[in-house]
Amino acid sequence: MKLLTLNFLTCARKTCKATAASFPLHCREVELEQVEMDPNPLFIKNMLPRLDWKAMKGLTQELGLPQLPNEAPSEEELQGADGEPTQVLNDLHTLLMETSVVSGKLVCGNCEYEYPVKDGIASFLLPSHMV
Amino acid sequence: MSTSAAAAPTYENQHVHAVYNQIAAHFSSTRHKPWPIIENFLRTLPAGAIGLDVGCGNGKYLSVNRDIFIVASDRSRNLLEIAGKEESHRPHAVVEADVLELPHPRGTFDFAICIAVVHHLSTAERRVEAVRGILETLRPEGRALVYVWALEQGGSRRGWTADDEQDVMVPWVMRGSKKAASADADGPANGGQDRVFHRYYHLYREGELNQDVTAAGGVVLDSGYEKDNWWVVAGRQLT
Ligand SMILES: [Zn+2]
Repeated sequence: MKLLTLNFLTCARKTCKATAASFPLHCREVELEQVEMDPNPLFIKNMLPRLDWKAMKGLTQELGLPQLPNEAPSEEELQGADGEPTQVLNDLHTLLMETSVVSGKLVCGNCEYEYPVKDGIASFLLPSHMV
Repeated sequence: MSTSAAAAPTYENQHVHAVYNQIAAHFSSTRHKPWPIIENFLRTLPAGAIGLDVGCGNGKYLSVNRDIFIVASDRSRNLLEIAGKEESHRPHAVVEADVLELPHPRGTFDFAICIAVVHHLSTAERRVEAVRGILETLRPEGRALVYVWALEQGGSRRGWTADDEQDVMVPWVMRGSKKAASADADGPANGGQDRVFHRYYHLYREGELNQDVTAAGGVVLDSGYEKDNWWVVAGRQLT
């Protein structure tokens, strides 16, 4: 599961969704891998304003990955004068689209429930007593 | 027959989820071609759009548009593993989740599709709740495309009409002895015999899906009938 996904996931419990602590989920005992794919500069550029940068930055800290700057890069920083994608864009692609969680736990900051990730697939099925 | 609220989750586990897990590989091998209205809905989204495919099955809609990001979910682990392995699905992501307990922040997504899923819920309340949960994930201007099986399918080999029972068990037959079946990851059919699985469906009447959207607090922006299915494009508000 690519790291970008974590920007669009929260606790599956209804009572948690309304709380700020449930987003983003926290990574515990996570194993990462790089899954290569072709960069899509148009997608990165258009998606970036939708990204919760602060959540993404916190995630890279938790995972011990290279630090992100405090602010999201501007559109100009993503494309060189020659129209080619910049290093900034390629680095974002590597982080968001290629870096993937293979296994570990995603933990809700509100209820502390741990959602397991196995073989790259996170499971959000809750035991019936928690629904 | 229709189930009681308390019994519904167990009933659906047995008559929907367990069945899809068992027939996953065979089911997936029959589901390749995207339906035109759904394909068009996904193709016309702007680059950078972010959305959901709730009940993605084998993920056949994940290869339609590379310029968007879809978080696809399903109850069947076996179908998800098929969806996750396909190279052309790589721009997207798959997670295991229940349509009634979606693990997504509210008010966030540009779009959602939910194809052939809501009709597997066994009470009216749960079907409306599913639509409500999907609409809640959308941004105010977001759009959801929902497809359900129609009761009115006189032209199909099943031949149901408006006079028929709406809550039905629909057989899924895995042929034994044939080469395809013995190579099936679901396991070889015992002694080459056919295996029949039954899935629960609530077949939708004309207008019923639109009523569910309204009951869920949404608005119907477009709707229609295509090849044995009722579909609706719904939003949280007009405009
Ligand atoms: Zn929680």
